[in-house]
Amino acid sequence: MLRLYGKIFRTGMLTERVPTVPREEAVEREGARLKAVIDKRFRGSLAIRQVDAGSCNGCELEIHALNNVYYNVERFGVHFVASPRHADILLVTGPVSRHMEAALKRTYEATPDPKWVIAVGDCGVCGGEFGVSYASCGAVSEVIPVDLAIPGCPPTPLDLLRGLLSLFVNPK
Amino acid sequence: MENTQPPAETVDPNQMFRVALVSADIEALSVLPSPLAPADLIEVKKNDWGRLGQLASAQNWRWAGAWAEDLGTEFSMCACLQKQGRYLILRTDLPADNPALPSHAPYYWTADRMERHIRDLFGIRFTDHPDPKRWTRHKAWGETAYPLRKDFPAQGHPAPETPPDNDYPFLKAQGASVYEIPVGPVHAGIIEPGHFRFQAVGETVLHLEERLGYVHKGIEKIAEGRDPVGLLKLAGRVSGDTTVGHAWAACMAMERAAGVEIPLRAAYIRGILAERERVINHVWDLGALCNDVGFAAGYYQFGRLRELWLRENRALFGHRLLMDKLVPGGVAADIPPEAAGRMRDSTVSLRRELDELLPILDANSSLEDRFLTTGVLSCELASALGALGFVGRASGQTFDARRDAPYSPYDRLKVRVPVETQGDVASRFWVRYKELRAALRLIEQMLAELPSGKLAAEWQTPAEDAEGFAAVEGWRGEILCYVRFGAEGRISRYWPRDPSIINWPALEKLVMGNIVPDFPVCNKSVNGSYSGHDL
Ligand code: SF4
Repeated sequence: MLRLYGKIFRTGMLTERVPTVPREEAVEREGARLKAVIDKRFRGSLAIRQVDAGSCNGCELEIHALNNVYYNVERFGVHFVASPRHADILLVTGPVSRHMEAALKRTYEATPDPKWVIAVGDCGVCGGEFGVSYASCGAVSEVIPVDLAIPGCPPTPLDLLRGLLSLFVNPK
Repeated sequence: MENTQPPAETVDPNQMFRVALVSADIEALSVLPSPLAPADLIEVKKNDWGRLGQLASAQNWRWAGAWAEDLGTEFSMCACLQKQGRYLILRTDLPADNPALPSHAPYYWTADRMERHIRDLFGIRFTDHPDPKRWTRHKAWGETAYPLRKDFPAQGHPAPETPPDNDYPFLKAQGASVYEIPVGPVHAGIIEPGHFRFQAVGETVLHLEERLGYVHKGIEKIAEGRDPVGLLKLAGRVSGDTTVGHAWAACMAMERAAGVEIPLRAAYIRGILAERERVINHVWDLGALCNDVGFAAGYYQFGRLRELWLRENRALFGHRLLMDKLVPGGVAADIPPEAAGRMRDSTVSLRRELDELLPILDANSSLEDRFLTTGVLSCELASALGALGFVGRASGQTFDARRDAPYSPYDRLKVRVPVETQGDVASRFWVRYKELRAALRLIEQMLAELPSGKLAAEWQTPAEDAEGFAAVEGWRGEILCYVRFGAEGRISRYWPRDPSIINWPALEKLVMGNIVPDFPVCNKSVNGSYSGHDL
């Protein structure tokens, strides 16, 4: 046990500073407004339900990384939750396979309003390498309404973090 | 226990198999020279197909996979066997109208799902297959539509909305206090989709049935018509966590078909990339296993180590997961001396960190409590299932393509293959840990020996119909790949076989008799790829 504590103390705090969206006046203004909305509506806590609707699992690896000690998204009040019924945001990776179409729609329906959908990765944004086929519906927006797209194959944790912040500054 | 040598054997297993065919009066033609070299190729009659399975099973061949092809006027069907590092491919032709042949599933569990996949996508019937249920097909295409036939357009004829797959006939258990737990396809974590149907009494799992295929993206179909670079983009996304492994297998199959010899430097760089992929995934799995039993400190420590290597990937190769770093004929990433020095430093520091974490993990009673005797896969069962990678090696299966069917650069390296026989979650944890350390040694050796030379050989467009086969050891285990070229150097058939399709059934077996709350850690200890399975 002492060894474990030793390791924990020696590792120390690694969490990095918040990567901010570019400081533009309009962004600041919108940001301040939205922050007020989020603080009021979400009480400082935003719940995300991640849905893999057909990804190659690369995007999932980077979404997972958001929880590692370097990014530690929980400190922004962002939590990954186990049920869409607890979620404010669906973070959906694609392409949406046809076999996941119904499940994705049901997940969307199960998420209480107001809700936001973020399409993650080139596949989620436009179908990516898989496109549209007998097996794939392509982009997430082909199946459910999407509020924000975060491209990349896969997007890095930093891209994801910036994307999340930009959702707050460009409200629907 | 550690095996450093493959078992000594004097008789060529392929020779023995041919002798057995003659004794059984099975007409067979050895195709010489084999277009699928180093695998041997034997052509047989379709009616003998079942007996071949039986013979192979009697001779203890491992059944490694099967694929079909639509050749226009007929179908061809191939099964891949492996024994003592030798690969043997059986091939037969089937008429295009109403194609049917005997099944290998009565002799090999592994054949079950792969034959059902072939039936769903090609419409080839396996006459004595023990399980009539569809597998890859849910509701996206009709029962009599076969997407991998050439006359089926890649776009298909999809309905405006694909209905849910809600009438799959799961096995039911009857009796007092037996209940059923349906889980998925959307799971509670950041994880790929699939469905698990448990039958349980109290906390004990009586039976688990997996239902996969939710992330079927038509990979085999949309590969058709691509050029080699396009195929590699796709191969690198068969399973994102194995992007180097699948790209390497696809490259090797295409290079063999085209008769392209890659420069030794490129082979070493591929090896370094593949071992880095192994390290990063094993580190991640060790952390995730800690997390699944509530040992958060382990989860964060391994997560930290993984992130350091991902960042180094980005700094040295421009991509955190190493996607698109292989090209037909070689690699698209070099390792200049500074990069080699940096990688050497990071292997040293990772090993130091592991040294420090080892006693912490080893002495942690909460890990011991949850890992030991949980999710046992016996050596007999692992052998019967042909279990691969760390799942097989935690249950006495020693095969590792890097050592037993070596390819460049591993034919020049000493590959240590840790093996355990306990077969529980703890074994799978520790085999990963040891493999991780062996991978660090390999990286160091490859960096030290890194030959100079070109990064890629010039690509030569292969002749129409040229085919190639490859087996590489990905971080999850053996990856197979078959490629056939069509006109103008474009792909006419791509078949990737991720180790996951072999290992998924092991989870059904090893979870039996365990408690339901141990399912997540059992599942993680196998860690099958859904995408690599569903294709
Ligand atoms: S965007 Fe890239 S990493 Fe993400 S699912 Fe698609 S292919 Fe995989």
